[in-house]
Amino acid sequence: MERNMDRIYLDSNATTIVDPRVKEAMDPFFCQQYGNPNSLHSFGTEVHPAMRLAMDRLYCGIGAGDQDDIIINGCASEGNNHVLKGIWFDMIRQGPKNEILTTQVEHPCVRNSCAFLETLGAKVTFMPVNADGIVDAETLRRFLHPDRTALVSVMWANNETGLIFPVRELAEICRENGVLFHTDAVQAIGKVPVDVSRVPVDFLTFSAHKFHGPKGVGGLFIRKGLKLAPLLHGGEQMGGKRAGTVNVPYLVGMGVAMELAVENLAFEDSAVRRLRDRLEDAILAIPDTLVVGRRELRTPNTILASFRGIEGEAMIWDLNAAGVAASTGSACASESLEPNPTFVAMCISDDLAHTGIRFSLSRFTTAEEIDQAAAAIRRSAERLRGISSSYDKGK
Amino acid sequence: MAKNDLIGGALWEQYSAKVGERMNNPRHRGEISEEEAKALGARLVVADWGAEACGDAVRLYWAVDPKTHRILAAKFKSFGCGTAIASSDMMAELSMGKTVDEAMKITNIEVERSLRDNADTPAIPPQKMHCSVMAYDVIKKAASIYKGVDMASLAEEEIVCECARVGLRTIKDVIRINDLKTVEEITQFTKAGAFCKSCLRPGGHEKRKHYLVDILRDTRAEMEKEKIFAQADAGDFSAKNLIQKHRLIEKALDEKVRPALAADGGSLEVVDIREAADPRTVNVYIRYLGACRGCISSTKGTLQFIEDLLRQELSDTIRVIPL
Repeated sequence: MERNMDRIYLDSNATTIVDPRVKEAMDPFFCQQYGNPNSLHSFGTEVHPAMRLAMDRLYCGIGAGDQDDIIINGCASEGNNHVLKGIWFDMIRQGPKNEILTTQVEHPCVRNSCAFLETLGAKVTFMPVNADGIVDAETLRRFLHPDRTALVSVMWANNETGLIFPVRELAEICRENGVLFHTDAVQAIGKVPVDVSRVPVDFLTFSAHKFHGPKGVGGLFIRKGLKLAPLLHGGEQMGGKRAGTVNVPYLVGMGVAMELAVENLAFEDSAVRRLRDRLEDAILAIPDTLVVGRRELRTPNTILASFRGIEGEAMIWDLNAAGVAASTGSACASESLEPNPTFVAMCISDDLAHTGIRFSLSRFTTAEEIDQAAAAIRRSAERLRGISSSYDKGK
Repeated sequence: MAKNDLIGGALWEQYSAKVGERMNNPRHRGEISEEEAKALGARLVVADWGAEACGDAVRLYWAVDPKTHRILAAKFKSFGCGTAIASSDMMAELSMGKTVDEAMKITNIEVERSLRDNADTPAIPPQKMHCSVMAYDVIKKAASIYKGVDMASLAEEEIVCECARVGLRTIKDVIRINDLKTVEEITQFTKAGAFCKSCLRPGGHEKRKHYLVDILRDTRAEMEKEKIFAQADAGDFSAKNLIQKHRLIEKALDEKVRPALAADGGSLEVVDIREAADPRTVNVYIRYLGACRGCISSTKGTLQFIEDLLRQELSDTIRVIPL
């Protein structure tokens, strides 16, 4: 296995290492079985069994039924765009429903698609998170207007904090009220169980590279019987719902990655969680630090930590020099002076808005890596607080 | 957008080696205590600028010789990213040995240039230029504390482009003097908008009070208005249309006549203007107001004064007729 033994990767919510078993499964579909699956000849048809197996693995992985669709696409950003813009074409454009209900903490691909649809006349409402940092059932009930809400879109788990949203409850409320429900499950697959046979979502999106598959391939689950205008028009691929030649090797890889993700859920919940908690305990042992969100409400691999008096990018710099890869919480990285809505809801001081550092583990993370990373974090915190103009006075 | 902009995320690759070095080992980080300043025979100045909530804060310490106003020692502390720490370190270094007045002339561009590895390659990418501006601002703050004056009194004017420190007055003047028609030209002439580009138009990196697109539009509109006025006012009175004649008559009355009448508690209004072809005259019908009504002079001396004045200012074809 090729690994970077001298560097430690703790940024798995950004992307993950491709599992070598995934890479191996993809390999024959580059130089040997490279046919276009839409061709009539043997080059085309010989890839069908592998594609069917991959589709079976995806359907099985999220509990989809045979009458449901899983549209293979380029990424979760595409899937999220497809749902939001498709709903605009199919429902909002013709009325009478004109509202999309989403949250203040969605990924930019949801937020910016919504902002674009606002320019086309859709009404978009961004629900706040509660003191736990999540959108709860009560909030949804308060904002939901079945007569005008066309779609509710709430992420399954948050990319920055790892906080898990009560998607089942939210989806059930929407179902009861006859409102369509979409969830961006990109940070949930492989970290927590995702089963659409038990959670009545209408649309669900995911991306292979977040669960040890390749970049550039994702999936969009569409509940049986629902129509959704295509984003890409062209050939008959994906039943006309997404034109473009299917990326066969990537689909095959995503299938294997999904199967492994589901197989490893118990490992994720035990071993990865243990390592995460070990790192979290080490961080919290440093004075004046906090971690956003209660542990039991988060995906087992994620920590969004705040070190008082230390600007996030500065610590990322130090950690990078020490061979440790982490990231600033997405919202904190932007230069926007708008306070982070999660921080506001959780009563975290504005002074900490730029101090967020996200550490995200995977099933490939080792205990030695965690201990080395913890040491690097301690050294950086000490050094940067020695420079900081706000640490001494911030006490 | 073009080839080199399509793959993002290369922020740190655009830092110079000097920025990296100073981030890793800032030479002037730390504090100066009252005792240390006293030992140097200097006055201690401590200036804070920025806020953690905004992602950048810096504190500058100066030990200033009260007789020569020379900065004998400078140290800093910073809550900020790598470029903020490196810029603060360079700023402290540049200020040392200078007088307070000399230090005030250090610009963020100078801080940035001093961090370059070679003269032609910027030390930091455009979206980080504001970090160097922090260094500039904190010097201003320290100088205002030392001089015991309000910082605003040291600020030359309202800044539009924080990165290049270009003010509103400068931009307006440059547009007028050079008859600039595009935002790109403003950038070429002033460097405003060349760095983080937030001030070009709304929707950029940061929200701004002034945007170059708006300043250009408003200044061009003002220039256009002035051109119309200038054209309307120039040339022969008799060749003008009735609207322009009316405007010129009102203007002359406002400037020369009404103030004189107002001194005695009176005024007048123009009721009508009629042109006659033969003999060629412009009849201005007026009505007196206030104390002028019924005043004995209003049909004699005052009337003569008004008519003479309009004839002198505009045309001798004017006749003033009170109603």
